[in-house]
Amino acid sequence: MSTIAPESSHLDSLHFKDNAKLALADANLQKALAGMDDTFVAYRARAVERLPEFEALRDAAKAIKDHALANLDFYLQRFADKVEAGGGHVHWCVDADAARAAVLAICRRVGARTVTKGKTMIGEEIAINDHLQANGIEPVETDLGEYIIQLRHETPSHIIAPAIHLTVEQVGETFREAHQDLDPKRPLVDPGDMLTEARAKLRKRFLAADVGITGANFLIAETGSTVIVTNEGNGDLTQILPKMHIVIASIEKIVPTLADAATILRVLARSATGQEMSVYTTFSTGPRRPGDLDGPEEFHVVLLDNGRTALLGTEFESMLRCIRCGACLDHCPVYQKVGGHAYGWVYSGPMGAVLTPGLLGIEKATPLPGASTFCGRCESVCPMRIPLPNMLRHWREREFERHLTPARYRSGIALWSFFARRPRLYRLGAGLAARLLGALGGRRGAFRSLPLAGGWTAYRDMPAPQGRSFHQLWAARKR
Amino acid sequence: MAIRVGLFVTCLVDLFRPSVGLAAAKLLEEAGCIVEAPSAQTCCGQPAYNSGDRKTAQAIARQVVDLFEGFDHVVAPSGSCGGMLRAHFPELLADDPRYAARAQALAAKSHELVAFLVDVLGRERVAARFPGLVTYHDSCSGLRELGVKAQPRRLLKSVEGLELKELPSAEICCGFGGTFCIKYPEISDRLVSEKAEDIERTLSGSKGATTLLAGDLGCLLNMAGKLGRRGVKVRVRHVAEVLAGMAEGPAIGEGSGEG
Repeated sequence: MSTIAPESSHLDSLHFKDNAKLALADANLQKALAGMDDTFVAYRARAVERLPEFEALRDAAKAIKDHALANLDFYLQRFADKVEAGGGHVHWCVDADAARAAVLAICRRVGARTVTKGKTMIGEEIAINDHLQANGIEPVETDLGEYIIQLRHETPSHIIAPAIHLTVEQVGETFREAHQDLDPKRPLVDPGDMLTEARAKLRKRFLAADVGITGANFLIAETGSTVIVTNEGNGDLTQILPKMHIVIASIEKIVPTLADAATILRVLARSATGQEMSVYTTFSTGPRRPGDLDGPEEFHVVLLDNGRTALLGTEFESMLRCIRCGACLDHCPVYQKVGGHAYGWVYSGPMGAVLTPGLLGIEKATPLPGASTFCGRCESVCPMRIPLPNMLRHWREREFERHLTPARYRSGIALWSFFARRPRLYRLGAGLAARLLGALGGRRGAFRSLPLAGGWTAYRDMPAPQGRSFHQLWAARKR
Repeated sequence: MAIRVGLFVTCLVDLFRPSVGLAAAKLLEEAGCIVEAPSAQTCCGQPAYNSGDRKTAQAIARQVVDLFEGFDHVVAPSGSCGGMLRAHFPELLADDPRYAARAQALAAKSHELVAFLVDVLGRERVAARFPGLVTYHDSCSGLRELGVKAQPRRLLKSVEGLELKELPSAEICCGFGGTFCIKYPEISDRLVSEKAEDIERTLSGSKGATTLLAGDLGCLLNMAGKLGRRGVKVRVRHVAEVLAGMAEGPAIGEGSGEG
């Protein structure tokens, strides 16, 4: 039995609805999420406005990934050959178990006691921290957001802003609790203070680490390079200071050439944070060579499939174009209200609602495809032009085919479609309903409650029909 | 020769607010079209399509193609249903050898009402009067699937006495989302509550009557229902009613005082 999602990854996508209710009632969370339209959304809009060729770049970026996915085996092999030729090692891992085992084996071989980590969502996907800890190795997160949630024993709630669910006050409290040896009078008000505070702690950890683990934004087949983008520089220290650098990356991160990576980089940061480029873009090509001033002695790439090849050739293939910018989360009205944890697994927002059923199986994520109003804002900003609403609809189709759609919705749809496919009956029914509801509600103009519409009238009135159907009036007008 | 337009009334207009259909017909006739509204029409199939019931959605799409393919154009007073015909029917019927090409052809001549008036018929103004302050919500499907944004504003500008104040959240979903509002009522409620607050803020301070307009009845019922529940005195109407000069009767959710 393969394990795509290890037990410890807090798998509860099935409880999305309850999670969402809790999230809506969580005052801190609501405060933390409140400004997304003024920050992420506004920053992206400004960055896009400043780059006239942005739309053309989206097309180019999409074409690069489509080509890479159509020739995935070729480019992955080419990448692996290049890495090996440069003195690195590639570990092909079919699922999370295999990837965890590969990472642990490498760490054990060098007797690692602490591991520093750059930000990696694949690390979350395979729950590598729990696995290392269970085996006596201490993982230390070095990205500020990841560091904060590690102190709080939480998981990231956003693929690029892992601590977005927290208020500044909460972060300050967390630091004061965890950093009792530091000056208690220090200010902990703005993100800069937080970063200084975390850095004071992390310096020693960087120097003491035996292994550095990072993710990868790109794998470049042409050169065997891996690429990370960061804003704090922590990724560079993570991968340069220890003796060993392990890159964990999923297979769809592959692009054919350096130039291709450069093209996609132009849409990545703009879509993610509204920056033209992230502060650091770091290319790693193999271990330290003779004469190099720095770099790790060993360079390993753990390549993870974990269900992705099974999406190739399906209606979900284009999800593999995703470059994890987070724009769809930022722009999603549902994500903005419930945050990432409600989605129950590593990935959230529209991309999570498509990818989670893709990786875990739809039966483990049934509430997610329905958690969208199909407003289309995600697709309108996706730098890779992934048709997210269409793919959510395809998951709904799979649910319907497999009778995973709740019975009362199925019977509701069946009843409605019985009439919608019989125009005469429909005509009669619509006329009667308009008359009945119009007569009952016409004077007040709206219903405060209605049988079978409790989900609606619990929160809002149901405006009453005018009393005649359009077709009744139209027929009368023609006479 | 006059353009023959098939009016796709939409199921919500048929049942809840037939005056919107009559207003649409009037606007089209004023622009010189011959309007027919086939009585065998029911719905565009979105409830099935968006619930994953593809077979039913296909059956309904075929019905719509059969019924409307003979017209020069098909026009709906809704971006959502217009978007269904224009953006989704071709994909839905792509594997049906008898219907694939016909669905494409129908899609190419299907339009949202206001976009049709402006973009296809070249209308730049209407002869209507509607004194007061209004704001406008851009329904998601019309905005993002069909590019309906400037057209309603252009025509509203020509309405005598009407003052349009933009809604800051005009392009943010109102939380209706078809079955979404039933499946996730709490999230939907939060979205429509914030929308209602924004509407109230935008229109506050005006001495006269204030009105919210939009081009989709689903969103309008949602927002009117929320404004009504909150006791906010903003009237809610479909944009076609105002453009056609047919905005005298009770607004959406407003009582007739009779019966």
